[in-house]
Amino acid sequence: MTTTTLPTRPAPARTPRAAGGPAARARRKRLLHWIAVHSAALAAALFFLLPFVFVLLTSVMSDDQAMSGELWPRTWHWSNYATVFTTPGFLDWWRNSLLYAGLGTLFTVCSAVPVAYALARLRFRGRRVAMILVVSTMMLPPQVVVMPMYLVWAQQLHLAGSVWPLIIPMAFGDAYSIFLLRQFLLTIPQEYLESAKVDGCGELRTLLRIVVPMARPGIAAISLFQFFFCWNDYFGPQIYTAQNPAAWTLSYGLESFKSAHNVNWNLTTAATLLVMAPVIVVFFFAQKAFVEGVTLTGVKG
Amino acid sequence: MAATTTTAPALRRKRTRERLRIAGFLSPWLIGFSVFFGYPLIATVYFSFMHYNQIERPAFVGLRNWTYVLTQMPLFGPALWNTLWLVVVMVALRVVFGLGTGLLVTRVKAGAGFFRTAFYLPYLAPPVAATVAFVFLLNPATGPVNDILGAAGIPAPSWFNDPHWAKPSLVLLSLWGIGDLMVIFMAALLDVPKEQYEAAELDGTGAWGKFRYVTWPSITPIVLFAVVTGVVQTMQYYTQALVAGKLASGVSIGPGTVIQPGYPDHSTLTVPQLVYSLGFQNFNTGAACALSLVLFALAMAVTTLLMRRRAGLLPAED
Repeated sequence: MTTTTLPTRPAPARTPRAAGGPAARARRKRLLHWIAVHSAALAAALFFLLPFVFVLLTSVMSDDQAMSGELWPRTWHWSNYATVFTTPGFLDWWRNSLLYAGLGTLFTVCSAVPVAYALARLRFRGRRVAMILVVSTMMLPPQVVVMPMYLVWAQQLHLAGSVWPLIIPMAFGDAYSIFLLRQFLLTIPQEYLESAKVDGCGELRTLLRIVVPMARPGIAAISLFQFFFCWNDYFGPQIYTAQNPAAWTLSYGLESFKSAHNVNWNLTTAATLLVMAPVIVVFFFAQKAFVEGVTLTGVKG
Repeated sequence: MAATTTTAPALRRKRTRERLRIAGFLSPWLIGFSVFFGYPLIATVYFSFMHYNQIERPAFVGLRNWTYVLTQMPLFGPALWNTLWLVVVMVALRVVFGLGTGLLVTRVKAGAGFFRTAFYLPYLAPPVAATVAFVFLLNPATGPVNDILGAAGIPAPSWFNDPHWAKPSLVLLSLWGIGDLMVIFMAALLDVPKEQYEAAELDGTGAWGKFRYVTWPSITPIVLFAVVTGVVQTMQYYTQALVAGKLASGVSIGPGTVIQPGYPDHSTLTVPQLVYSLGFQNFNTGAACALSLVLFALAMAVTTLLMRRRAGLLPAED
């Protein structure tokens, strides 16, 4: 089904004049290369896309058919999606995921911008050490620091069983976002900042009026990454919200949804697609910022 | 230049103001670093020498947690083996496959945008959702993959339900989500100077020679970057292994149910999962802290080793 969407290019017409000559051989070689590359790409595209197709097809099957291993739905049960939505808890999980991802992203951006600016643009003693510390926090497995943090949230602050232990730390700078944004800010020419200073802008005004507008692509990239990180996070919600199903997020709830509907693969695949949907939709609207962010991490990292 | 006309106290005041301003910009990170990194790291080291079950007061036990974790705990061996297996196999295959798809995408002429999006899309799938989908697809009884393999006459494995196939199934799942590496490699490949290919062509170099002498030298920093970040990520490998094991085992899990992680036969038990189950299911906080520090030390050792000859990966002073 994916093949139909592919534009095809007509094979170059062979002229009889050069039938056996070196030019024809070169052309044939190019054609073979073209075919080889495109068939390999097509095979890879099948590997990447077929899981989505199978999952989508199963999500609209009847209960029995989803157990049968048949590929094409006999009747299309779009109502499976309504069933998933009306499952107790599912709407709570949506709300919690949106809260975690939305507020988490907002907090991250507000805290990462000034830090990244200072690390990229201000001169002070210990700047390099600070940068190395930022990078090393990215290498730390979350399991190493989670136990004492959990005890603080649960025993001192009594916030375990809510999404707040996930959201509040985002207001204090996320290492990955700071690092990415700093790399981005380094590419802004120094002259802009100097001319702002000559015009009498203070450091804060320079940041808000000059740096933030110029860094919009970088800010867009870290926002997307952070939104997806929060949306996809499983470990955090498992630690802090496990004891209270009303506080679960979609990605944590999905797994228990499967356990509760042990035989209903149709409902499970429908729920799976509902968890993926926002991510895919956002991606199609913000493709450029996303790819820019990924390449920035790789090339400058 | 103002220094000659400014008095010493005024200069000092100016410098203090400057420092306060820098501290102000840095304050979110300074607070975050101390509260969410510094404090818990120190506390983890402290707890690793304590017997603590989150109810009684912590009691000092010296190196008991450490010797328990390293020498007596029956699951430490399998967990370490699985983590290292995944680090070697998964990272190697991811880099090869990521580079392969990157090369492919830069050579495709018809429908380039379609292929790029198709290859990238799975990377966006939430890990839990992707794992649920793969457990379904590879389900030996009801999944479509084994039906198709069966119809083609290929003997199909039990994937996540076979201890020998569980880890390879996880590798397959991670290769599906290769999109980020593909984009990074694609950018690096497009940066290779075109003239060098032309020069190589004039010298009569073949495709392999061009890759070996032109492409490879220019992308090695990116390859190393992919290896190091891959190792760091795989050391923390948790969600997919846990969810796949739980779902494939087929037991209904309610909150508070203690299940033995790593189904089948501990073949998907990784060190981070063991930390979680020690700390949050067995309430052996001390041992969990000791084990998590072993993991940290291991991750640091491997990355330092990899980066020793490549200081370029650390943030450069501009």
